[in-house]
Amino acid sequence: MLSNLFINYYETAAVILFGVGFTTLLMQRNLLKKIIGFNFMDSAIYLFLASKGYIAGRIAPVIVNGDTDPSHYVNPIPTGLVLTGIVVSVSVTAFLLALTCRLYDRYHTLDIDEITYLSRKGRD
Amino acid sequence: MELVQNFPFITIVFSLTCGVFCAVFHGNGAKRLCIAWLTASFLMSAATLAYTLQSGEYYIYYMGRWSAPWGNEIRVGVLEALMATFFSGVMLCSILGGMSHIFEDCDAEKTNLYFTMISLLMSSLFALIYTNDLFTAYVFVEINTMASCALVMLKSSGATLVATTRYLIMSLLGSGLFLLGVVTLYGITGHLLMEDIGREVREIFREGTYSLPLTVIIGLFSVGLAVKSALFPFHSWLPDAHSNATSASSAVLSGLVLKGYIIVLIKIIYRIFGFEIIVSERMEDFLFVFGILAMVLGSVAALRERDLKRMLAYSSVAQVGYIYVGIGLNTEAGMAAACIQIIAHAITKPMLFCAAGGFMQVSGGSKAMADMRGAGRRDPLGGVAFTVGAMSMIGIPFFAGFVTKFHLAEGALTSTTPRMVIAVAALIISTILNAMYYIPAVFNIFSPRTDGKFADVRIQPRFDYTFAMTAFIIANICFGSFSRFFVDAIREGLGMFGI
Repeated sequence: MLSNLFINYYETAAVILFGVGFTTLLMQRNLLKKIIGFNFMDSAIYLFLASKGYIAGRIAPVIVNGDTDPSHYVNPIPTGLVLTGIVVSVSVTAFLLALTCRLYDRYHTLDIDEITYLSRKGRD
Repeated sequence: MELVQNFPFITIVFSLTCGVFCAVFHGNGAKRLCIAWLTASFLMSAATLAYTLQSGEYYIYYMGRWSAPWGNEIRVGVLEALMATFFSGVMLCSILGGMSHIFEDCDAEKTNLYFTMISLLMSSLFALIYTNDLFTAYVFVEINTMASCALVMLKSSGATLVATTRYLIMSLLGSGLFLLGVVTLYGITGHLLMEDIGREVREIFREGTYSLPLTVIIGLFSVGLAVKSALFPFHSWLPDAHSNATSASSAVLSGLVLKGYIIVLIKIIYRIFGFEIIVSERMEDFLFVFGILAMVLGSVAALRERDLKRMLAYSSVAQVGYIYVGIGLNTEAGMAAACIQIIAHAITKPMLFCAAGGFMQVSGGSKAMADMRGAGRRDPLGGVAFTVGAMSMIGIPFFAGFVTKFHLAEGALTSTTPRMVIAVAALIISTILNAMYYIPAVFNIFSPRTDGKFADVRIQPRFDYTFAMTAFIIANICFGSFSRFFVDAIREGLGMFGI
């Protein structure tokens, strides 16, 4: 059981990194650190996917010299999924950063608890 | 292939295109384009529904004509077409009902972007309803999140910015878990199309290998989607986000966006895992318990609110609980009740939010119940709509909410004994609590005593508001009175929903 963790060390590392990112996104009060945590979390998933697609001893799936035998190439689908995922996480990051800028302009702090407190105080 | 069979694909892709065009037009042009396209997609979805009802079986639309293991698929049956029809109709009426507030709350040069977001949201909802590919579902879940966050932050006040941030962070946690589930499942089965995954998963389950990863994957899917659809312990973001947005956004977010994720969850249960695996992994217990808690505690929270829109938002938490209880009953009847509740809540809650928007207009923009005293007399159509919505939420016969409660109770009676007792008891408690906060709200709105401040304010008659409210009231009463047709369609749809 435990030896599997060492054989699949890419996956193990990916899941640990996912946990780190997830807790940072959930627990950190600083918005910038939250965004970093989010990027950790998504990158960990891409590491997981990329390691699933890699097959030792094979090359990237680009046909050279007319070699169309699929057993010479790695699985290209996870790579495609990673690219799609990167596009999604880049746009989400941009959105979050823009939101952070506007919050900072208004409240002059990056602490989400303090921002919530200030906005409640402003309303009442 | 007939022309009708292309309609689901056209509604998804042209909604995206419509969003792009809305971004280059000015406010009024974007509004006209968006409304015209929503009407067209409503008609197309209705045509698809008629086609699937007539043919009596589902069909698969291959994107780019690539067949099963390589291509991306759309799968259309009665249930999907029914949901798409209701969702596009509700979207259209919500936009019309809150139109005057959109133009008031939004900066004049940015109004067109609001319609861009509405189009993107509609496209992602169609895609979540129709898609048969797990990774496509993930991508559209993210598009849905981004578009709905943008809808919340339309009013650029401090409160909406904070609400958007909290909403976005919770949603990202949810979609991170969902993505990890998709990726792990892909690692085990090597497929992304739901039916292929489903066959592999059943094979794996029969052999008894990979039992721990399967449990983890089921947990990731249910927690991820539960966070995004605001199931009880994860609902903290919902009241702020839904109550601070403009009334059309609140209507759409509460009525439709939450349901999109639940449809994905039902699809995962039917097509990937099947009832047998779900029962042995105890996922339905988790959903059932939290659904029951949501039904009761959501209503208790709503009871304490003195702010009308926050009260409606907490009521949504309770209503989402009904859907999860239906799923958690783990019978065909329970699942049918969950689908009925998805539609019943989708036609009721937007009506309540649009009526609340009308009341705010005649009460100086305040959301507090105290300021809305007598608002139903100043905005009579909104008052009637609010009363119909409140009666539907309480569960008076001949309104939509009654159909849900009836079928949920019927589903509970076919389930195992402890579950039956708990579900029926929660249903009774929740109904009483609903009555305890909706009836005073209706009395408050029709109260003859106004404190004079807004006594002379009358709502300006607007065609779009009148049309939307009338449509919502008619839809609600039709769904409640002629439920046989819809329930039969949902049963037939669920029959062809699995693999």
